[in-house]
Amino acid sequence: MTGIPLTQILIVSTALFFIGMYGLFTRRNMITMLMAIELILNSVNINFVAFNKYLYPEKLDGIFFSIFIITIAAAEAAVAIAIIINLYRNYHSIDAEDAGEMKF
Amino acid sequence: MPNYVYTMLIPLLPLASFLVLGLFGRKRLDAAAGIIGVLSLLAATVLSVVTAYKYFSTAKVNGAYQQIIAFKYTWLQFSPHISIDMGVLLDPISVMMIFIVSFISLMVHVFSLGYMKGEGRLAAYYAYLSLFTFSMLGLVLSSNIFQLYIFWELVGVSSYLLIGFYFDKPAAVAASKKAFIVTRFADLGFLVGILILAFNAETLDFGILIERLTNTQSAWSMAITGSSFLGISALTWGLVLVFAGGAGKSAMFPLHIWLPDAMEGPTPVSALIHAATMVVAGVYLVARLFPVFSINGAALNIVAYVGVFSALFAATIACTQTDIKRVLAYSTMSQIGYMMFALGVAKYGGEDGLGYMASMFHLFTHAFFKSLLFLGAGAVIHRVHSNNIKDMGGLRKRMPVTHIGFLVACLAIAGIPPFAGFFSKEEILTAAFHSNKLIYGVGLLVSGLTAFYMFRLYFSIFWKKSPSVLEEDGAGSSRIHSEGTASMKLPLILLTAASILAGFFPISKYVTSDAVPLETHVDWVFSIAPVALAVLAILGAARLYKTENDKPEKLAAALGAVYQSAYRKFYIDEIYLFITQKIIFNGIGRPAAWIDKNIVDGCMNAIASATAKIAAMIKGVQSGKIQNYALYFFAGIAGIAVMVIYLWR
Repeated sequence: MTGIPLTQILIVSTALFFIGMYGLFTRRNMITMLMAIELILNSVNINFVAFNKYLYPEKLDGIFFSIFIITIAAAEAAVAIAIIINLYRNYHSIDAEDAGEMKF
Repeated sequence: MPNYVYTMLIPLLPLASFLVLGLFGRKRLDAAAGIIGVLSLLAATVLSVVTAYKYFSTAKVNGAYQQIIAFKYTWLQFSPHISIDMGVLLDPISVMMIFIVSFISLMVHVFSLGYMKGEGRLAAYYAYLSLFTFSMLGLVLSSNIFQLYIFWELVGVSSYLLIGFYFDKPAAVAASKKAFIVTRFADLGFLVGILILAFNAETLDFGILIERLTNTQSAWSMAITGSSFLGISALTWGLVLVFAGGAGKSAMFPLHIWLPDAMEGPTPVSALIHAATMVVAGVYLVARLFPVFSINGAALNIVAYVGVFSALFAATIACTQTDIKRVLAYSTMSQIGYMMFALGVAKYGGEDGLGYMASMFHLFTHAFFKSLLFLGAGAVIHRVHSNNIKDMGGLRKRMPVTHIGFLVACLAIAGIPPFAGFFSKEEILTAAFHSNKLIYGVGLLVSGLTAFYMFRLYFSIFWKKSPSVLEEDGAGSSRIHSEGTASMKLPLILLTAASILAGFFPISKYVTSDAVPLETHVDWVFSIAPVALAVLAILGAARLYKTENDKPEKLAAALGAVYQSAYRKFYIDEIYLFITQKIIFNGIGRPAAWIDKNIVDGCMNAIASATAKIAAMIKGVQSGKIQNYALYFFAGIAGIAVMVIYLWR
């Protein structure tokens, strides 16, 4: 574990971030988009933990932040799923393209 | 000292009648409107007579009548020294004026009962009359110059309403607007004048103002005479501007143009406003501030020369007009010119104050005979349904009461003894003779002209054609009905009596410049010239107009351009139109409108249209696709990140 340099961990988290980004912009299915957002959040968590471990090993701030993010992600997932359910009730679809009424 | 608080009721009674008629009149009280108006005025008249009697019998202390503040309420306190009060001030001229105003107004109300019968909107008519009477009474009783200004404007508004009473007639609408705008323009001067006087004297109260400014040793008087603008002292400016306001209301040249047009209103209104009350407000104003005027020769000279010029100017025009009410309007202007120059030649106190007394006396007598003339004219118009004297003639047998009244009033205004106008005009001419020979000469000439144009009117209406001619011309008897109801005859009879008797009223015992009674006597030798001139003028008028002939036309043709320019009122209206429409509209109005339209509005419109255009360009961004929004969001974040990292490091 100690042999892994910080750069490699950052490469992983960056890859994870852009995979999430790619999923968010290309998928039309709302559930998939939600999953992509979870990926982005996890990449951030990895960054926090890695920086905490490698730069300030005597402190716990980064770890606290990642626990916060996990909590908020859970709450966010609950809200997002509620929104998706409501969307389905109105449009009989969870495709983001179908809910396109809010335009000029 | 007796208690005068009840004098407050004199203006408040017409106000009450105005409120009742104005609020409830149209729906419920149309039939009773006249009665309500007459009753409230009757009560006010009785109160004024009681006040006058009580005041003149008890208010004399050490040989001079005292000013009495019957009631005072501080309405608006500007600073520890300056406040606008609502009060009632009693002194000889205000007591005289409340009597004149309430009496004439009562006569007009009674006359209107018959004259306005069958017209619509009677409640509104009587409400306006009451409002006017209230404002006029409030004006003469004002204890504070700003209170006077407030009532002054109220008088302007109510006269606007009354002139425009027949608002379906375009001429009446134009006339009411003209009257309002011209007098309002003059009132601007009045307001500036008030501010100058009040700023320097540090008070708005009449009594204190006069006391401070007439005492030439006081700090206030030093301040106002010491400061100057364009080489003329602040006192002169203030007084001249105040006089400008008075000249506007009193129709002095060159602000007279509204008065002849104001004749578009109902005739009783002309009798009330444009003969006896409102138009003398300017004279009253100068008289009220007379102690201050009397210490400033320049302002007094302006008053005198404007007055005498207006008298001559109007008398000349009156000789050529053919509309009965316009002739009377110009004669009013001419008579007010008399009152003005009488004030202008007077000085404060004793024998020198003769002009002041004469002016007030003429105001007093003029009120009676001029309202008699107007009401008589109203009766004639009521009967022949025309204002043009060419449509009249031979009425003396058909309208005996009107005929006698009109004749008495004409004799009175012409200054034939023993009628009212003789005495007051003699006093004015005497005062002028002792102070300024030029003014005396013009005054004498005008008195001859007055006799001429009044008898031209008289003969044209009541003689000229034989009675049968009128009957044949008159297109049947349906248009020619009887002389009028008793309510129309009664005021005529009362005013006839007043026009005969008013001259014997010993006014010099009551109304003088310093409130100390003055002994005057009629100098019969002195009267020979004006009376002889008047008689000659009457004979001339009789020769020209008593029977139908072509002499007037020949005379007019012989006078040529002079007659034409007098007939066209010396083109004053045209000059005003030229100044307003050609110079002010083109030189100031149109450029201002252009700036407003193109620069002020233009800026706003440019901003609005630029916003709209930009919005149209970028509204495509709102695609409704949520992933696009997310993409913009990330692009923004990325942009900020790049900036933070590379630019602001």
